[in-house]
Formats: sequence, C-alpha cells, structure tokens
Amino acid sequence: MKDNVESHVTPDGRTIGGVLMEMKNITLRFGGVVAIKDISFDIREGEIRAIIGPNGAGKSSMLNVISGFYHPQEGEVWFRGARRPEMKPYQVAQQGIARTFQNIALFEGMTVLDNVMTGRLTHMRTGLLEQAIWWGKAEKEEVANREKVEKIIDFLEIQPIRKTPVGRLPYGLKKRVELARALAAEPMLLLLDEPMAGMNVEEKEDMSRFILDVNDEFGTTIALIEHDMGVVMDLSDRVVVMDYGKKIGDGTPDEVRANQDVIDAYLGVSHD
Amino acid sequence: MPDQLLFAMEVTLNGLMAGVLYSLVALGFVLIFKASGIFNYAQGVMALFAALTLVGIMDGQVPFSHLINAVFGTEIHHFGWHVPALLAIAFTMVFMVAFAWLVNHFVLRHLVNQEPIILFMATIGLAYFLEGFGDIMWGSDIKKLDVGLPQGLNVWIDETTFNAFGYGFFIDNLDIVATVIAALLVTALVVFSQYTKQGRALRAVADDHQAALSVGISLNYIWVLVWSVAGFVALVAGIMWGAKSGVQFSLSLIALKALPVLMLGGFTSIPGAIVGGLIIGVGEKLFEFAIGPLLGGATENWFAYVLALVFLVFRPQGLFGEKIIERV
Amino acid sequence: MFYREAGDFKTSYVQDAQTFPIAFDRWRYYFVLAVAFLVIPFVINDYWANAVLLPFLIYAIAAIGLNILTGYCGQVSLGTGGFMAVGAYACYKLMTGFDIYLMGADGEWVRYALPPINIFFSVILAGLVTAFVGVLFGLPSLRIKGFYLAVATLAAQFFLVWLFNKWAWSYNYSASGQINAPTRSMFGIEVTGPTTEPWAAYMFCLVFVVALAWLARNLTRGSVGRRWMAIRDMDIAAEIIGVNPLTAKLSAFAVSSFFVGVAGALFFAVYLGAVEVGEAFGIQKSFLVLFMIIIGGLGSIFGSFAGAAFMVLMPVLLKNVLVGTLGWPTDLAAHIEFIIVGALIVVFLIAEPHGLAQLWRLAKEKLRLWPFPY
Repeated sequence: MKDNVESHVTPDGRTIGGVLMEMKNITLRFGGVVAIKDISFDIREGEIRAIIGPNGAGKSSMLNVISGFYHPQEGEVWFRGARRPEMKPYQVAQQGIARTFQNIALFEGMTVLDNVMTGRLTHMRTGLLEQAIWWGKAEKEEVANREKVEKIIDFLEIQPIRKTPVGRLPYGLKKRVELARALAAEPMLLLLDEPMAGMNVEEKEDMSRFILDVNDEFGTTIALIEHDMGVVMDLSDRVVVMDYGKKIGDGTPDEVRANQDVIDAYLGVSHD
Repeated sequence: MPDQLLFAMEVTLNGLMAGVLYSLVALGFVLIFKASGIFNYAQGVMALFAALTLVGIMDGQVPFSHLINAVFGTEIHHFGWHVPALLAIAFTMVFMVAFAWLVNHFVLRHLVNQEPIILFMATIGLAYFLEGFGDIMWGSDIKKLDVGLPQGLNVWIDETTFNAFGYGFFIDNLDIVATVIAALLVTALVVFSQYTKQGRALRAVADDHQAALSVGISLNYIWVLVWSVAGFVALVAGIMWGAKSGVQFSLSLIALKALPVLMLGGFTSIPGAIVGGLIIGVGEKLFEFAIGPLLGGATENWFAYVLALVFLVFRPQGLFGEKIIERV
Repeated sequence: MFYREAGDFKTSYVQDAQTFPIAFDRWRYYFVLAVAFLVIPFVINDYWANAVLLPFLIYAIAAIGLNILTGYCGQVSLGTGGFMAVGAYACYKLMTGFDIYLMGADGEWVRYALPPINIFFSVILAGLVTAFVGVLFGLPSLRIKGFYLAVATLAAQFFLVWLFNKWAWSYNYSASGQINAPTRSMFGIEVTGPTTEPWAAYMFCLVFVVALAWLARNLTRGSVGRRWMAIRDMDIAAEIIGVNPLTAKLSAFAVSSFFVGVAGALFFAVYLGAVEVGEAFGIQKSFLVLFMIIIGGLGSIFGSFAGAAFMVLMPVLLKNVLVGTLGWPTDLAAHIEFIIVGALIVVFLIAEPHGLAQLWRLAKEKLRLWPFPY
C-alpha cells in the first residue's frame, strides 16, 4: 500500500504534493441522527480525490463540513497544516475553497457572465465609495477580473451563452456554468458535488475532460462526490468510501475496488 | 387589595379580551397560510368587506349606488327593506364564498409556483382592490353594525368585583361574547382540521402541493374551501370589531395588527395564533399602562411589532412554528 | 432598421460594460438629459411642478432606494415611509440649527449652537443620518428572512412615526407637531420656502436625481451589486462562495436608506414645505413606493423611474378624466384609483413580475429585429 507523505509524480506527469486538507475524527449529528461517524481522511495537494458511497451515506454532509456550512460536534478540520477554527462559510471560501452543488445553486436572476463573476468576489477588494464613483479603481478591478473570467469562459467553452440569463439554460450547461463560477475563484481546493449527475455519456466525457484539465493546467486539488463508477475509476487518484456515515474504504481505485466491505455495501449485504 | 394592582388586573383582563379578537383575525391568516403558503394581507380588508356587505344587506342598501348616481344623475340609496341579522349573515357568506372562488380563479391559480414574497405582494394588491371595490359598492362612510349582540358594561361583574375588592372591573359584554365566540370558532377549526376528511386534505396540501396532487386532492377545491373558511372567520371578526367601533376603514388595519401575533405564534400554528394574540393583547395594554405615561403614551401603535421583532431575533420561527431548516 | 447592434462591435470590456451599449439608446439618453436640463426649466409652471415633476423626481429617488434593498438585494421593506420621515426631520433640524454637546477640555459638557446648514448639505447629511438608522433597523435581517423581515420593518415604520410625533425636539417644540421648511437658497436662488420659483425647485431635485441615479447605476453593476443579487437569489449559496451576508445586507440597507432619506428630505423641504408625520409618512407611503417598484420592475433602475412616473401620473390622469371631464365626485375617483392600482399589482405580478422595465426590454428586443419578424 503506497502511502507517500512527500510529493510524488504520477505516471501521467502530474505532481501530487503533501497533505492539503485533513479531516480528523469528524462526527456530525442532526438531533438524534448521526450523519457522519468518526471519519478521518486526507486530501493531498494536486490530487483528484473521490468520495463515493451509497445514497444517504453522508457524502454531501461531509462536503458541507468542509465548506463550513455544517459544524461537526466532534473532530477537527486541518487545512494547510493548521487546525481550522470554526468559521463561517464565507470565510472558508476566502481561504481558497470553492465548490459546486448537487442541485445547482446558480443565481437565476443573473446572466452567465455575472454568475461567473460572482466567483471572483473573494478577490475583489474595492469599497462601496470607490464603486459608487466607478471611474478609477473600481473600473480597473472590474476589467481585470473580467479578463480572468473570460479565460475561464473560454476554457469551458461557454462563450456563446455568456449574456444569457442562467434560468433559461438547459441542465448540462448550468452545471458547466457552476463549474466556471467555482473555478473563477482560483481555489486551492475544488469540491464537486455529483458533477456528472443527470448527464448522458457525451456530456460526461466533456465534463471529465474539463475536470482533468482543471487539475492538470491549474494544479487545482479536487475532491468530488460521484456515483458513476467508471468516472471515479478513471479520474481519481484516491478514493474514500462512505456507508451509513462511516468510512469503509480508503485508497487507490484498484485497492478500493477489491475491498470486500465496499463490495458488500454496494451489493447490499446487511451489516449489524 | 392595592388600587394599582386592581387597575393592572383590569387592564390585563381587557388585554386578554383584545387578544382574543386579534387571535380571531390571525386565525384567518393561519388557515390560508397553512393551506397555500400565502400570507393573505387582504384578510383585514376581507373582514371590512364582509362587515360592509352585512350592513349593506341588512339595511337594504343599493350596491354601487354612489357610482350609479354619478353616472346617471339619480339619487337612489336604499331599497327600503330590512333583512334580519341571521339571514343577512347567510347571504354575506354566499358573497364570501363567491369571492373565494373568484380570487382562486383569477389570482391564485396563476401564481402557483411563485415565491412567498410575490404571493404576499399579490395579496397587498388584492387588499387595495377589495378596499376600493368595497367602498364603491357600499360607500365609505362609517356604518353602525347591530346584529343583536349585547353591549355595554357587564353589570354583574362590576358589582361582584366591587363587593369583593372594593373596585368594580369594567368589562364590556361584547368582549365577553367575542371571547366565547372566538373560543367556539377555534375549537371548531381545530376539530375540522384534525378529524374531518377535508381537514386532513388541507394539512396534506399545506405540507406538499405536489404530493397532495398525486394522491388525488384537488388544489383548487381546497383553496376555495380554505378561502371560504377564512372568509367566514373574516366575517365573524368583522362583526365583532364592527359592533365595537363601527364599520369603517380602520377595520382593515387589523391585518397589520395580526402580523405581530403571527410572528410570535408562528405562521403555521392555530394554537400559536391564539397564544400569540393573547400575549400581544395583554402585553400591549400592560406596557401602555405601566410605561406608556413615561414615553408620552400611544405606545400601542408600535409595541406589538417591537415585541415580535425582538422575539423573532431569538426564535425566528415563533413559539409554535415549524423550525426552518435550510439545506444546500 | 435604425435600432440595431449589427456592426457595432465593442473592442474593450469597458465598452461592453456600458450602461447603454446600443448607440441609439445612448443618444436617446443624452436627448432626455438635454430636455430635462435645457428645456423644461424654461417651460415649467407651478401646476406641472407640483402635480407631476417634483413628486416624480422625488419618488424616483425613493423608488431607486427601495429597489436597491428589495429588488436587488431581496430584503423586503415596508418601512420606507418611516425612513423618509427620518430624512425629512433630520433635514429640518439641520436647516434650522440645533445645539450639540461636546466634551470640553475640563471634562464638562459644553454646549455649541450648530448653525443652520446650507440646504444642499442638509439634504445629503439627512441622507447619511437615515443610512445610519437604516443599518440599525436592518440588523434583524441577519436572523430574519423573507416576509418575516417585511413584518419586522413594520416595527420600524410604526415606531418612527410615533417617535416623530412624541419627540418634541424633533419638531422644535411646535404646538401642532408640524414642521415647516424655512426659505433657503443655493447660489442666491431660493429652493425652499413659499416664494420659490418652480424651475428652481425642479432643478434642485433634478441634480439630485441625476447624481443619485448615476451612483446607483455604478453600485448595481459592480461587485457590490453582484453581492446583493447573490444574496437575493440564493443567500446560502452566496455565503458559501464567499459573500459575507452581514456586510452585504447592511450595505444594502445603508445605501437604500440614504436614497430614501434624501427623498424624504426633498419631499419635505422642496415639495410640500410643511409636513405632519402621520399623514405624510405613514404606511400608505411605504406601500406607494413598493407599488412603484413592483409595477416599474424589481431590480431595475429604469423600472424605478417608470414606476414612479406611473404612480404619479395615474391619479392626476384619473382626476382629470373622471372629475374634470365626467364630473364625478372626487372620492369616487379615489376609490377607482384603489381598484386600478390593486388590480394592476396583481396583473403585473402574474404576467410580468419584472414590471414595466421588462415590457420595455421586450419591446426593444422586438425593435432590434424590426421590420423583420425574427
């Protein structure tokens, strides 16, 4: 079992560094329901980490813990080598964590361009007064960020729809816009919650290509929840398997695939 | 007993009575909100319209007389007959059911999937419409409403408390009647909601429109039913308030008073409407009694809102409301 | 054929972010400004100023303010009347001068008599005071959402009206509780008070409207506008992607209240001249401005103008037609106004929630293709 702590280079030439984020003994409860039970795993810099498991296993809740939306009753979150104190979601975003959502959380009242620009908000610093005057600092910042956003729009090939109100787009394009918005934040860690949900084979191939390109070109660390096993095996460097709030597997795709507990969980053998 | 304490007790009792009337109006809101997620700002104007219609029918007024006179230069005002109270109430209910149907047909059906705030604003528009319409139909002068309810000082209570405490409590008969009627109405509504087929359907619709549809519940039917019941509650409230202070525009402002009641009690709870109403009724009067003089008086204009506001900050769903869980 | 974008290429992001990207729109905008500044002052008379133009300009400012809070940021407020009152009374106190107490060198409170401040700055400072009050009453928005918040703003509305009724210092201890705007001038020309010329009052308001509309435009197209809209559309997602809900909501309250306060100050000082808080700034005022932005279009600055124009012109038109031409009694006209407004609100919310602004946009889109059908 390979478990390098120092950085290493993968067979396809990407560099995977040290531990970027680590979840230590996370337990999350909602009243009497235990959504996550004593789970620990880490995410390495530059890798693509998949989180898989049957429905209701607690995967989205885990992502919400990482986003700072849920606060675990027990356990610690470590980010970039330091323990992360309990903070609000927008502070987590400012630290360099961006995400997409399972049920698409785009701003339906705005255009595609404006939505992606909201991804830049953590980088935009001009104050209220400067923006009221517009000429000068605010305009410069707007143009500079627009340039960055246009690069991402090019990258994800959504140029023709940049002025379209988001509400009018088909599902597949909405997912791409959401990815663009997350990328616009230039995050260190990108969380993707079921990015392939509801897509056909062609769309999945496009999305997979984008995800790989993001990781390859920008070096972004990616953690994704996904149900399509083919995608998971092809894309990810390592996999975490959850079931009923517990971790039942952790390793490379091949290791996990051979794990008896994982096989049982997916085939439905009853546990105590 | 010391005088101040007796005053306070009297104020409290009157506050409770006022609270009952608030609860009555708030009930109409809760019903509609439970069934359709709409906060019906027009509930107060519905009470006004119901009362206007009742008086109009009883006094034999010609509807739209003002308009007719302006257009045709005539001078007609009354038919010349008088309709007995109970019959008039029945006719008014027919009006309110017709109104419920019209509202559902022209407004609600088209706003099915909109956000709550849009629905709320639509009911504000409805309130303005109904107010203007009611004024044109029956005239906007103050009318006296007399359905035969006992009014005035309750002599028995006055004498008994005077003998017991040396101070006679002033409790109006009308308030006592209102309390009894409100209690009966509330019981009836709770029974209706919990034990009848329609009541169950109502709760299903309140929970999930789509699911209710899929088990064969007709949304239109439920909504017309709910608005009719709310219309009935509005009528009762209109009669109570109208008998007390005359049927006039300010009746529609009770809607505004019901809002803090609902905020306190929770928008979806019938017991909440009652408890909230009582708390506001008593709180208002006691605050004005105890602290009002220090602030120059008339604190009843805003106290209810500030109380509800402070309460909401600590408990956003109100006393009995459903906890708002936000998911991503 | 003349209204098109073909051939009009933008070569920079700056150009793309313009308010009026289509040349025809831009020229039309300059034309309107030219008429507003160069033509109307010479033809305006008392009736037009008082019945139409002054209320239109002033309500436009209030509508933009409320639109920023409700249309762009999604925080419904029914307290507009109360905040206008804050602006009016603050302006009054600044115009008439009052005493302030400062800590002296020896630790004792020293009384300074603040002199009356120039009307222009009084209005602006009144706006700032209202902004501060707005932030205060906006704090609950961090815990309360949707129309719970709308109801909470009613607390502000009723409390503020009560306050300016009871707090005698605010109306200089006058017996009637009414505040009267003394005569004040700018550059030697009177803008408030009974002897003001209509064109002066008009120009004074016009300057404010143009400046404030420009500021609003800048704010709503920049990053702060995007923060507001993100909160409006999906506040949880907004927070997760990095928008601080506290600063976003409070900034919306602050800016909105500034606009509403300025509108209130102008409403009192320039338009009415004398005001009694219950009738001028009661809840009907809050609903009036809310109707303006619903009919005009939520989340649109043009919509704020359209809505204000509509709500100002309609009663005037109704009165002229029904009372003037047909001879009907005025209260009948008032009732019919209620019916029409109520019906229109419902119709707009059903058919076109984005109001007249959206209808205008659709008309322009059709015009872009004209004379081709598609």
